[in-house]
Amino acid sequence: MLFSSLSWAEGIAVTDDRGKSQQFAQSPQRIVSVLPSLTESVCALGACSRLVGVDRYSNWPVSVKKLPQVGGGLDLNIEAIVRLKPDVVLAAMSSRAGERLEQLGIKVLMFEPSSHDQVKTSLQRLDALLGTQQADTLWRKVEEDFVQAVKLLPASARGAKAYFEVDRTPYAAGETSFIGQTLGKLGLQNIVGKSLGAFPKINPEFVVQQQPDVIILSQRHAAELPQRPGWKQLKALQNNAVCELNASEGDVVVRSGPRLAEGAKMLAQCIAKAMKK
Amino acid sequence: MMKPGAFAAWLISTALLLALLGLQVGSEGFEILHCKGLVNCASFGLQSAFSDADGAMWQVMIEIRLPRGLGAWGAGALLGLSGALAQGLFRNPLADPFLLGTASGATLGVVILLAALGISPMALSALQSIGLTGAAFVGALAAVSLTLMLAQGVGSPLRLLLAGVVVGVVLGALSSLLLSLAPEVMLAVQGFMLGSTSFLGWSAVAVLLAALALCLPIALLAARALDALQLGEAAAQSMGLPMPAMRLILVAVISLATGAAVAQTGLIAFVGLAAPHLVRGLCRAQHRALIFLSALCGGALLQASDLLARGLAAPRELPVGVLTAVLGGAYLLWLMRKGVQREQMSHQEML
Repeated sequence: MLFSSLSWAEGIAVTDDRGKSQQFAQSPQRIVSVLPSLTESVCALGACSRLVGVDRYSNWPVSVKKLPQVGGGLDLNIEAIVRLKPDVVLAAMSSRAGERLEQLGIKVLMFEPSSHDQVKTSLQRLDALLGTQQADTLWRKVEEDFVQAVKLLPASARGAKAYFEVDRTPYAAGETSFIGQTLGKLGLQNIVGKSLGAFPKINPEFVVQQQPDVIILSQRHAAELPQRPGWKQLKALQNNAVCELNASEGDVVVRSGPRLAEGAKMLAQCIAKAMKK
Repeated sequence: MMKPGAFAAWLISTALLLALLGLQVGSEGFEILHCKGLVNCASFGLQSAFSDADGAMWQVMIEIRLPRGLGAWGAGALLGLSGALAQGLFRNPLADPFLLGTASGATLGVVILLAALGISPMALSALQSIGLTGAAFVGALAAVSLTLMLAQGVGSPLRLLLAGVVVGVVLGALSSLLLSLAPEVMLAVQGFMLGSTSFLGWSAVAVLLAALALCLPIALLAARALDALQLGEAAAQSMGLPMPAMRLILVAVISLATGAAVAQTGLIAFVGLAAPHLVRGLCRAQHRALIFLSALCGGALLQASDLLARGLAAPRELPVGVLTAVLGGAYLLWLMRKGVQREQMSHQEML
């Protein structure tokens, strides 16, 4: 993976998740990031001051909220991005804006980390792009934080069955998703196994049958759980073993960026608290 | 009621004016409202942009705003044109150019591409080179072919209509199924389904105008068949028109036109339905004029919606489909009211 981002005397070549390699005469000084996790990555690598614009959802570190916003998600504003004259635009793989920006002669790198390994890879690639040489230190810290996160969980919680609800439809975080990987590292057992995919839509009955020991979901939807048909039978609900994530905690936990391990610590604390009740 | 010629001239000048106005509407809102200097204002900001040292504003105006406006006009014209054809072909004023399954086919194409990219971006570099527009276009044409197969050709308009509905529902269900398996592409697909003019560049303009240049003349040549069809199937046959061949040509034009528009802009509802009605409300015309005017009217409608989408909530963009519905819907309602009043007046005169 390291070989995908070689730097030569005449410039820098960086490959993105599309497999597309881009040449840069020098490290980009004006960066627009339109994915919150990439914004976080740039800042974590110490290049926050090079950001000249972000999307509406980028909210960490707090300083990026002062930057010009160029829309977000569905309505990225191409014109606003071009007017910022970026050396490079960092975007998600699914972004439609990439193609259009490239037509306009703007360099676009697309990353969409969907696993811990991919978070590491994209950090390394951004590191090479920015010339910051921080990725290794940063990743060592992430790994240390993971070790600490595991220690935050009481021994009784090891092997507990967990259900992580991403969305009330309900979509769950499966074992193969990066959230699932975090749960796995914490020593929890995911009720949504590998075969179901990363973020499957599941039958609410499945949760009742699996009887998770702990439920993790957004604070917004926690109150409605007992009202779901048949969910009163859930032991986790009866024991009040529900870990409710507020909006800012949710941001950390569901973003596959440099705060991955911080999210793991939050999860561990929240789960420990929920299971003690 | 206007004369078709006068109406056409009016619509063309509206489109030109909107294209120029569009140079002054962008992420800063309606810049035209606070432009400075007579020459600069009169040239829609081109003068100051041209003399701008680093040329950034020039690039914004010439490479973003201008093609966006023209592309919106082209897509709207294609939708208006196929709306007029569909309503004539099915002899149904509620017919919509998406009836043959193009919309659901294009959506499915986009969903498949995005979901496949999610699974393995590297292995599918071939799919990637087709791009979203390619996937949408292929999907749209495949859906129409499926409709034609299910309807066993173009022999019966009713069968065609029903087959189109079935294909629409089934392909829509397939898209939903894929989405539930790959929810991470939901946002991108939703963006496609809302329709957007944000990403139209010069290459999109070229494609849209080429499609229009191909579809419009053929549609105008086939207009006589649509006039004859209004008298009924038997009458059309008795006039010696090769109806099966004509119908096939019309279906092909509708699919090509909507497929091209949908591929570039996503699903923009209502333009195809409303444009012919707006024309009928303002001028009395045979199909040849109706088709031409519907194209011009659809173009102007989408162009105006695009301007409002950019400017109203700048730098945020409003979904252009919402604006076509509001603009077109309000105008259509007003026309209907005027029509009712006129009927009442003539009724009173008769008494």
